[in-house]
Amino acid sequence: MAEIAIRNVAKTYGKTTIMEGVNLTIRNGEFVVILGPSGCGKSTLLRLIAGLEEITAGEIAIAGQVVNDLEPRERGCAMVFQNYALYPHMTVAENIGYALKVAGVPRAERQARVAATATSVGLSDFLDRKPGQLSGGQRQRVAMARAIIREPKVFLFDEPLSNLDAKLRVQMRHEIRRIHTQIKATSVFVTHDQHEGMTLADRLVVMNKGTIEQVGTPDEIYDRPASLYVAGFIGSPAMSFLPGRVDAARQALVLDQGAALPLPRALVQAAAGRLVQAGLRPETLSLTAPGMGQIDARVDFIEELGAERLYHLLVEDLPLSVLSSEKQRPAEGSPIGVAVPLGAVHLFDADTGRRIEPQAAEASVRAMA
Amino acid sequence: MIERTPILNLMTHLILASGLVIILLPVWLAIVASTLTLQEVNSAPVELWPGDQFWPNLKEAWAQSDFGPKFVNSFIVAVGVVVGKVTLACITAFALVFFNFRGRMLIFWAIFITLMLPLEVRIVPTYAVAANALSPFQTIMDWTGISWLLNRLSGVEVSLQWNLLNSYTGLILPLVATATGTFLYRQFFLTIPDELVEAARMDGAGPLRFLWDVLIPLSKTNIAALATIMFVYAWNQYLWPLLVITDRANYGVVVVQLSDLVPDQLTTGGGTPTWHLAMAATLVVMLPPIAVVIFMQRWFVRGLINTDK
Repeated sequence: MAEIAIRNVAKTYGKTTIMEGVNLTIRNGEFVVILGPSGCGKSTLLRLIAGLEEITAGEIAIAGQVVNDLEPRERGCAMVFQNYALYPHMTVAENIGYALKVAGVPRAERQARVAATATSVGLSDFLDRKPGQLSGGQRQRVAMARAIIREPKVFLFDEPLSNLDAKLRVQMRHEIRRIHTQIKATSVFVTHDQHEGMTLADRLVVMNKGTIEQVGTPDEIYDRPASLYVAGFIGSPAMSFLPGRVDAARQALVLDQGAALPLPRALVQAAAGRLVQAGLRPETLSLTAPGMGQIDARVDFIEELGAERLYHLLVEDLPLSVLSSEKQRPAEGSPIGVAVPLGAVHLFDADTGRRIEPQAAEASVRAMA
Repeated sequence: MIERTPILNLMTHLILASGLVIILLPVWLAIVASTLTLQEVNSAPVELWPGDQFWPNLKEAWAQSDFGPKFVNSFIVAVGVVVGKVTLACITAFALVFFNFRGRMLIFWAIFITLMLPLEVRIVPTYAVAANALSPFQTIMDWTGISWLLNRLSGVEVSLQWNLLNSYTGLILPLVATATGTFLYRQFFLTIPDELVEAARMDGAGPLRFLWDVLIPLSKTNIAALATIMFVYAWNQYLWPLLVITDRANYGVVVVQLSDLVPDQLTTGGGTPTWHLAMAATLVVMLPPIAVVIFMQRWFVRGLINTDK
C-alpha cells in the first residue's frame, strides 16, 4: 500500500527525449491506467517506476521514499509483463514461489503461500506443469500469482492482456479488477486499449509523445476531453472534428462549410469569435431527412455493428460519423441530414488544441439563482 | 527443392552408400589389422577379414605404451578442459550479453578474433608463456620501470617465475583459453527475452542468482554440446602435449603415446612394422571420445540446433 509521486520526471536516451516534465500522483490503493498509443512513453514511465530504467531527471517517490537510486527489488513493486516472462524451466509452483525463494523464505511457508496464491487465481490444479504446457490465459494467471505472492506495495501491469484473445481479455479484465478490490495494492496498468482503460481505471492518464495530456476518471475524460488529442483518442467509434468559428451574434458555431450549430450561452461567451474545432461524438448525433438537421452531409459508407450501425458521412470533404440504432439504409452518396443536440458539441481552440470550457458557467448559474 | 522420383532416389542412395563405404573402410581395416599377427598384417595382399589376435595385441600394446596411467592423464586433461571451458565461456558470455560496460563490443571482437588464431598458429608464444606464465607481467614491469624502481627502493630483484611445463595446468590452461564456447553461449544468451531478465530483477534475483537459477538451467543443452566438442578436442590434442610435456612417464597422454606405436624408423629401428599393435591401440584410444559423443548426442544435437522451446 503506497502512494506514488512522480515529480518532473524526464527520460532521455542519448539525445532522444522519451518523456519530459511528467508529474503525477497516484493515491494509495488507487487503480490508475496509463493509456496512449505505442511509442508515447507509457511503458517507459512504468519501467521508471519499477526501476528497470534509470530516471534522467526528476524524482519518483513510493510511500514517501524517493526511489531514484533503489534497485527494483528494494522498491516493493511487482510487475506483470506483456509476454508473461515466466521462467520456462520452472514449474508453475516454482515460478510463483521464486521471489520468496530468493528472499530466503523457508520452504514450508513458501509452499503454503504458493498454494494459497494459486488457489486465489484458480491455478491449484496446474502447480506441477511447466509454462510451456499452459494456455495463454493460464500463463497470465501464473504471472499474476507471481506478482501477488510478494504482497507488493505497488502493482505494475505492462499491457498484460494484449496477447490474449478478445474473450479471454474481457474475462481477465474482470479478474484483475477483482484481485485489485481484494488486495487493494496501488496499481498502475499500461495499455493502448481504451476499453481496458475505461473499464479498469479509477483514474485514467492519457499520454501522448512523452507528456501527460489529461488525468481524470474515465467519465471526466470521456465527457470533457482536455484536448483534441484526448478527444480523438478516447471514445469508440472516434469523435469527428469539423472546423468553424463561434459567432456571438447568432449564439452558434458557424462551421466552415456553412452549417450553424447552436451552442449553450456559457460556451458562446467563453469562445466568442474564436476559430475552433468542433468535436462531435458519433453516439450523440442522429440522422434526419436531408435538410432537416443542422448539418447536411452525404453518405460515404455504412458499417454494420449488429445492434447499431455506424454511418460514415462526408460533410463536403470532412468525415463525420453517426452511430445510430435506427436501421436505415440510405444509398451511398445520397444526401442526408444530421441532428446535433445542444450540448453535444465539444469545442477546441484551433491553434492550441485545448478544450474551451464554458468558463462563465458558474457565473451564469449564480446569476440565474 | 525436394524432388522424389525412383531414379533420383536410387541415385541419392548410391551416393550415400558410397560415402559410407569411403568413411568406414579405413575403420574396418584398422579393426582387421588389430586382430592379426605380425606376419599376417605385413603380408600382401591386404587381409580383409579379422583374425583372433585382438586381445594379445591389445595387451602387448597396452604394456608397451604404459596406457594405464596415460589414460588417467588424458581423462584429467579432457575433463579439466571441459570444466574450464564451460565455466569460462559461460561467465564471459554472461558478462558480454547482460552487462553494459565501456568497451563491451571491443572486448567481444577481441575474443572473437582469437577464433582465427588456433593454438597451432600461436604455439611459440604460447610455449613461452607456459614456460613462465608470469613473463608477460615481468615484461610489463621491466618496460614501465617498475622493477627498476622496486630494485632501487628495496634492493629486491624482481624476477617472476611460474613454470607450467610438465604439469596438468600447463596442459589444460592454453586449451581452455579459446573463444569457441564464448560465442556459442553469447548467441544463446542473446535469444533470452529481456522480459525474463527484468522479471528476475523484479523478483529480487541479483545477477549471479539469475545466472545460476535461470540461465544455466536454460542452457543445459548448450553445455552438453560444448562439453562434447571440448572433450573430443582436448582428447585428440597431440602437438601441445608433445611440446609442453617432457616428463612423459608422469604426464604423458594417450594420443602422444599412440604415435610412438606407429611404426617408423625410430620405433621399430628398421624392423618389421608393428601395425597390428598400433591399430589395436588406436581402437582403444578412440573409444572415450566415441562414447562421449554417443552418450551426449541426444542433448548436444539439440544444443547446436538451438531450437525455441
